[in-house]
Amino acid sequence: MNRRRFKDLIVQRIMFILCCFVISILFFIVMGLFYKASPILAIHSLRDLLFSSTWHPSKGNFGLGLFIVSTLWVTAIAIVIAIPLSLLTAIYLTEYAPKRMREVLKPLIDLLAGISPVIYGVWGIIAIVPLISDYVMPFFSERLTFFPFLSDNYTGYSALAGGIVLSVMVFPIIISVIHEVLETVPFEIREASLALGATKWETTRRVVLKKARPGIVAAFILGLTRAFGETMAVLMVAGCSLHGFPKSVFDTAYPLPALIANTYGEMMSIPLYDSAVLLAAFILLLMTTLFNMVAWGILLHIERKER
Amino acid sequence: MIKRRKLVELFFVSLMKVATFIVVGSLFYIIITIFIKGLPAINLAMLIQTPKGGYYLGKEGGILNAILGSLLLGISSSLLALMISLPIVFYLNIYLKKASRFALIIRFSFDVLFGIPSIVYGAFGFTLMMFMGIQASLLAAIITVALLILPIMTRSMDEILKTVPFELKEISYALGATKLETSLKVILRQTFPGILTAFLISFGRGISDAASVLFTAGFTDLLPYSLFKPVATLPLAIFFQLATPFPEVQQRGYAAALVLTIIILIVSIGSRISLKKFTRQVLK
Repeated sequence: MNRRRFKDLIVQRIMFILCCFVISILFFIVMGLFYKASPILAIHSLRDLLFSSTWHPSKGNFGLGLFIVSTLWVTAIAIVIAIPLSLLTAIYLTEYAPKRMREVLKPLIDLLAGISPVIYGVWGIIAIVPLISDYVMPFFSERLTFFPFLSDNYTGYSALAGGIVLSVMVFPIIISVIHEVLETVPFEIREASLALGATKWETTRRVVLKKARPGIVAAFILGLTRAFGETMAVLMVAGCSLHGFPKSVFDTAYPLPALIANTYGEMMSIPLYDSAVLLAAFILLLMTTLFNMVAWGILLHIERKER
Repeated sequence: MIKRRKLVELFFVSLMKVATFIVVGSLFYIIITIFIKGLPAINLAMLIQTPKGGYYLGKEGGILNAILGSLLLGISSSLLALMISLPIVFYLNIYLKKASRFALIIRFSFDVLFGIPSIVYGAFGFTLMMFMGIQASLLAAIITVALLILPIMTRSMDEILKTVPFELKEISYALGATKLETSLKVILRQTFPGILTAFLISFGRGISDAASVLFTAGFTDLLPYSLFKPVATLPLAIFFQLATPFPEVQQRGYAAALVLTIIILIVSIGSRISLKKFTRQVLK
């Protein structure tokens, strides 16, 4: 065996070890967080922790209910806004936009993904929060008094503000995944449909979208999980008070990631506090990983079928 | 009948245009907002001074500590991530067979890691820090951010290396080169602009993330001088300084937001140019 072969072999071993290291990172993250969260699980039952909404760390109450409901509430608002807009944009990009235009739009949408979450937060504070407190809220409370989602929170820092900012943050991921999925739909079946006399929209809706449905669902799930875990922007605009469950889109919300981020200073001073916060991180990890695995599973399946 | 179908078509196409306008418009809305707020706040003193009198209260000084801290943190963590991900993507694309089960497992692990929120990386970095017995410091932040951007970097490099044609490798093998020589002397040179793109994208992500460094980097008014001391970062400077009630301190936050946005814009444009260079020389 000569030296060149030997070098090759050594490098191959190192690469293999690095790969194993990466696979083990996942394992270490799960185990590390679980290990740190276990003290609180030993004292309180999981049911109490998940469904109780009393959060008084100094009194030993660590109910995560409020935070879980807030996470779901803000994510739901974000996804309701993001789904139609990103789906329509992705269809426009793939099916309708001229090539030149697509080449301009695609990088711009990708740029949206690169902007810092904190910048989104600043934008939310400057642009979205005043919009809600000065225009949207008064509009609903004066003109539409029958509207069932009224709230006494007039600051504008609300679940709605969080949802709007989050929806913009998840646009790029949903759009780019749908765009990729639509591009895998073979050109021939579009032509077959057009040849039968269908208009372009009918072809898109009845043929292309139907074929791409699993992939589109996967894109929505990926957007959803991104919204789940987004921290700083939501922390800056959603209000984050321990006011109680959000009943309206105008109420404050206090999602799990914001809780984790907010407690970093005081975490070590109260017993079990850090354990409760890391339990929150562990729950977040499980939720996002579960959803992501489903989404990637779907996309992998599509990729395989295509081959 | 035909007319109605045409109308439906027209209706949905207009809807799509409106949606696209909202999506792209929100990007410009964000950038313009940051520029309008940031431009009046920024001046030379802001860029070359450190804050005086504490970052919550001090009304004098600038944000040099955060600018330098962020650049240092972004560059070191990207280099660390590169050292891990470069060998891995070469292993995936050159050494392993295309249908290899191990390659599938690695790619799937990266997909899962990719989806983990940055705050969870932050919390994990925090437990790692306690485990290793170190304080919030530049070192802890570098490790955490490197973990966060590792999957981003690996995925984009993997996409790049996938485009290398099989023939190119075969020619190199036929000339008697080992796989290592092929990787370093042929493939790496061929894909260098693409790899640079992946590096820049990850650098941008690393420099702009706040949730992962909240626990691990700490914050300081001093310039970064030691691996084992806390370091200031732009995102956290924005976050802390906007939360204060003092307009002068908030101005620093807006200036920091503008600087961060400009860095991100430069990095994205750089990565675009690099990608263009790569796609032009891709062999087909």
